[in-house]
Amino acid sequence: MSLLPAIVTGLALGSMYGLLALGFHVTYAVSGTVNFSQGSSMTLGAVAGYFFLVLWGWPGAIGIPMVLVICAIYGLIIERYAVRPFVQRGSENWLMATVAVGIIVDNLMLFVFGKEPRGFPSILAVTPIQIAKDAGVYPLQLLIPVVGLLLAMVLHLFTRRTRHGVAMLAVVQNPNAARLMGINVGRAIAASYAASAILAGIAALLIAPLFNVSSDMGTLFGIKAFAAAIIGGLGSAWGVMLAGLCLGLIEVFATSYLGSVYTQIITFASVIVILVVMPHGLLGRAGVKKV
Amino acid sequence: MNYNCSSPSLLHRRGFVRGIASTAFAAALLASSGVLAADPIKIGLVTALSGQSARAGEALTRGATIAIEEINAKGGVLGRRLELVRRDDESNPAKGLLAARELIQREKVAAVIGGLDTPVAMAIVPFVNNAKVPFVDPWAAGTAITHNGAADNYVFRVSAMDQDVDKAIVQYASKKFGAKKPGLILVNNPWGESNEHGLKAALKAAGIEPAGVEKFQDNDVDVVPQLSRLKQAGADALFLVGNVGPSSQVVKSLDRMGWAPPIVSHWGPAGGRFTELAGPNAKNVIFVQTYSFFGNLSPVGKKVMAALQAKYPDIKGPADITPAVGVANAYDTVLIITAAIQKAGKVDPTAIRNGFYEIDHVDGLIKTYQKPFTKERHDALTENDYIWTRFEDNHIMPVASN
Repeated sequence: MSLLPAIVTGLALGSMYGLLALGFHVTYAVSGTVNFSQGSSMTLGAVAGYFFLVLWGWPGAIGIPMVLVICAIYGLIIERYAVRPFVQRGSENWLMATVAVGIIVDNLMLFVFGKEPRGFPSILAVTPIQIAKDAGVYPLQLLIPVVGLLLAMVLHLFTRRTRHGVAMLAVVQNPNAARLMGINVGRAIAASYAASAILAGIAALLIAPLFNVSSDMGTLFGIKAFAAAIIGGLGSAWGVMLAGLCLGLIEVFATSYLGSVYTQIITFASVIVILVVMPHGLLGRAGVKKV
Repeated sequence: MNYNCSSPSLLHRRGFVRGIASTAFAAALLASSGVLAADPIKIGLVTALSGQSARAGEALTRGATIAIEEINAKGGVLGRRLELVRRDDESNPAKGLLAARELIQREKVAAVIGGLDTPVAMAIVPFVNNAKVPFVDPWAAGTAITHNGAADNYVFRVSAMDQDVDKAIVQYASKKFGAKKPGLILVNNPWGESNEHGLKAALKAAGIEPAGVEKFQDNDVDVVPQLSRLKQAGADALFLVGNVGPSSQVVKSLDRMGWAPPIVSHWGPAGGRFTELAGPNAKNVIFVQTYSFFGNLSPVGKKVMAALQAKYPDIKGPADITPAVGVANAYDTVLIITAAIQKAGKVDPTAIRNGFYEIDHVDGLIKTYQKPFTKERHDALTENDYIWTRFEDNHIMPVASN
């Protein structure tokens, strides 16, 4: 495989990880907690999307917002019942609670959707564009990095340039002081969980046509996305997106030049190496509490 | 706490009820032993009846049911009716083993049909060899199921076997496509591994050097890097082993590369909605099957087709019998078990197992079986019994033989 096709494939794959990983960043930046079952949020989005857009044939203008609304509600539920009760007690058990909710959701999806993978047709994943010889990509694969980078930029600008964004950052630094300053801490954290699940929903709708929908589609993606979030430095939107792209490139280069037997070994060994060399991730800052 | 209702009177009452129940049970046992001769001979079926493979499990049920009804209509075997007792293994080895144990120990089945998934079958194999009850696998292709190394082997198969499928893939690809340097693209799990050995051995025997062996994960979105390696190594055909989801990712990746080599595959794609998942180029994948209800049917084929249509209103034509392999293999399995019971002359598991070796002629759906089993060969089908098919829309159609 020559260089250009490998880069194109790697970036397309990596941006999927990055997009999902942004969800980890959003809640971490505000509350110092994450939803460990981000992969299940993605499965939920994909299954909802399958029902609304494919099975019931709703137009995208209604179906897509509905998927995102469902994801947002799910995010709020996670925060309210799996994170808040534990954080209030100063316990770290939200860690296990979010994993547990993810397992419950995966099994519910199995119930609702069945085990059989189903297709998720999209006009953006029919005719490949030949970028170079042997380097065809579906238009959707070009759209995913664009959406990912745009969202990373929006998140970055929101937290740095807007009043609400700065208020959210204040929440993580010192919730009590933030509360005294009139910031509604509870609402800010809840909103971050809703945003995180919405990001998973967006990722689901973009990935499903490439990947098909299945009840366990989020599992591996969730793990890779978490790796991306950690490598990138949980606190930085740019870092997370960048790390996703790196992970995708490492994966594709390992497969292309060494063979698929080595893909997982090289990928996860690289994760460890990066973390040893840069303990706070690519763009993370020292002094941030790690989970 | 009030969960603990241990008042003496209640204990008494419970003991009394229990006494009545056991007396009734004993009476029933006594009564039934008197009419044992008229009791049906039970045949167990352990398969997935729920989840991803539920359709395959239903196909096995239908094939077995049609055969049993046909046999019962002719007066049964040894003057007794056959009865199918089904258990769901949920594609879970532990549940499969539990179900097999229950069928043998409690239901006292004469033989167990089972094994949709190789891991489930492999979990059951040591138990049946120990319990000395015949176990006939109508689906799972893992070579080690029948080649299990047991001194006293009770496991038979009426289905494809990996080792033979691999030989057939090599033969077909070189005959049909003149493949001289095939690339292997295999799912990274025990099934892929088993076929890697089989394919390499078959290629070696045929004097063919593969272009390369690449693995892909069940969850891979993009198989382009692996396929590019094979293309660069000069692969002139692809041998594919993977379930329906991963196989569809291979087809889509080939689409993006704009590469269309001949693809000869194990039967993974047959297990689901391949065309829906892989898109229009799903039809490029040619895969192995044991039977198809399309085309000119044998007299047995016509008879089974008519029986299926009469019994199941959703079957209007050959396209509705999916997966056909399940129906056909299970139908033949029941005929073969019946023949073995006939040879045994009694419903004794060990006698029935020995009966398998004595079967000399069974008019089956897939073929006419002549002496299908010996002590060395526990597989009724060989690589010469397979047919080649592909998806046309949502139907599995035989590829026109040339």
